[in-house]
Amino acid sequence: MFPVLKGASYILVHTPDMVIHNGTTQTLEREINPDSEYLKKVVEHLRPYEDVVAYPVTQTYIGNFDPEELAKLPRPWFNHKLEGATRFGKFGEIMPQDEFYGLMKVSDAFDLVKLEKEFTNNVKTKFEQHKLLKDYIGKLGEGIDLSEVEKLVDSGVAEGLYMNGKLVGCVKRAHEFDKNLSAHVITENLAVKASGVLAVLHLIDKLGINKDEIDYIIECSEEACGDMNQRGGGNFAKAIGEVVGLKNATGCDVRGFCAGPTHALINAASLVQAGVFKNVIVVGGGATAKLGMNGKDHVKKGYPIVEDVLGGFAVLVSENDGIHPIIRTDAIGKHNIGSGATPQAVMEAIVAKPLEKLGLKLTDIDKYSTEMQNPDATETAGAGDVPASNYKMIAALAVMKGQIEKAKMAEFAKNCGYVGYAPTQGHVPSGVPIIGYGVEKILNGSMNRFMVVGKGSLFLARMTNLFDGVSFVVEKNPGKKEEKGISKEEVKNMVAEAMKEFASYLLQK
Amino acid sequence: MDLEIQQRVKDLTEQYGAENIVVLLGTSEAESAGLSAETVTAGDPTYAGPLAGVSLGLRVYHILEPVIKAECDPAVYEEQCGMMEMVLDVDAISKEVSSIREQYSQFKD
Repeated sequence: MFPVLKGASYILVHTPDMVIHNGTTQTLEREINPDSEYLKKVVEHLRPYEDVVAYPVTQTYIGNFDPEELAKLPRPWFNHKLEGATRFGKFGEIMPQDEFYGLMKVSDAFDLVKLEKEFTNNVKTKFEQHKLLKDYIGKLGEGIDLSEVEKLVDSGVAEGLYMNGKLVGCVKRAHEFDKNLSAHVITENLAVKASGVLAVLHLIDKLGINKDEIDYIIECSEEACGDMNQRGGGNFAKAIGEVVGLKNATGCDVRGFCAGPTHALINAASLVQAGVFKNVIVVGGGATAKLGMNGKDHVKKGYPIVEDVLGGFAVLVSENDGIHPIIRTDAIGKHNIGSGATPQAVMEAIVAKPLEKLGLKLTDIDKYSTEMQNPDATETAGAGDVPASNYKMIAALAVMKGQIEKAKMAEFAKNCGYVGYAPTQGHVPSGVPIIGYGVEKILNGSMNRFMVVGKGSLFLARMTNLFDGVSFVVEKNPGKKEEKGISKEEVKNMVAEAMKEFASYLLQK
Repeated sequence: MDLEIQQRVKDLTEQYGAENIVVLLGTSEAESAGLSAETVTAGDPTYAGPLAGVSLGLRVYHILEPVIKAECDPAVYEEQCGMMEMVLDVDAISKEVSSIREQYSQFKD
């Protein structure tokens, strides 16, 4: 029996100060060109929290504004503010930066995060109002004096945490010499962990599942946690599960650049279908390094820095309940080592081939979910509308296979997937953003089938020139079929019948 | 253009001579194709890489330009580039790259 997708949670964290202090575009600029005009101007382009909440793209990501509605708004979307937009949505929330620093403190098992006293008190007050965080207030501690925080940051043993440019806390290094435990790496990793925790808390809450029933966790972000002797030792999965309180689970980290989440979901689906585990959570935390990645182009063009949010998500894969949409593990799309590197070869391998195996045409998929980056972030930076380019490729493939007429190509490309509504956080926009809406629409009958396509730029690690891609189809659950076995009663009756026939045969003799 | 790729273009040009090098681009947008073309002709416009202030003036084309298509085996071209030819804005890319080539390439052939 195919495993099912129970649902997904999606969270965002507004981190304007982390754009300046932790995004690589900005940190590199500070290192190479500390007096640059860009660094002076970038602050003016950061958005206040209220604008991020009212931004239609973030509202779509957390489940409050259907992607079909977002598509109707003229671009760029940052020119629109949604009336009555709220922090919380049916899939998750948009967390402000101060609470996130609190969550980093809560997620810190080695007393490396230090928050200032007054700031800590303010965060405590805010945690009290938060349904999912009020139980963690005790873990925030009392905080320390600002002078102590300043001393740690000034002496270079800690990385500062800021609110509107003002120091409010820091993350200490975890080792004097180990670069993999430096304050910078620990900050990056605690941000992954804390955003992963938030995503899993929402998943458990939204799906109403019993925490104790989770057997396994797979984390699929793009960071590595470890020390100098095992740089990617791991593992975020178990660390996240511990904070959430998934006491019957263990887990591991799966990596594959942006394709990581799709690989992780295929792993989860396989473990469930094999009967190894019943409930597996796939979770991905956010990447501080990618904050403000295209900031230079946004500033140059006078646009706001829309890459001011960390993203996160969590998905629950469970054994077949006869209700939720199934993952077709019998036709996994994969770009093989020998598949070839052209975009055509990639799309053939990860989109056309699995569909052929299922006896389906490219037109039988209601929505494809590829690289769902928000075009407000990429198009202004000269990288184009990434999901739209993917849909065009799928449409071109359908033309080449004679499944649609060339004249219909543009129309097909426009309708075969949603507009991009995920932050440019690598793995976060890759394939998985559709799961929330997709599961809901399959359950309410407005969609039959969607395809999750994950692609990864493996060459960035300089270990191979290869690109990667994997995919799977999700479709309506046909329902549990009655087992066609024979009951004990039936066997008894059959034996009795045979005995009777034999007896009458003997009598006749 | 990636800083390491800039270095590779620079090294290959020094090794083989500018007259023996043709740079073939494959980027998907006219704007990025133009920037890459400018980098290997006039020099890195972002002043960030090894080609900042270095005008190599190389011959530069995009794989989707008709003049390059004409040089390729039609069957191979269809197999390797047919899909992207349908997807990308070939006219805009060709216009951008050829305009940079005409302005900055030292070889007017």
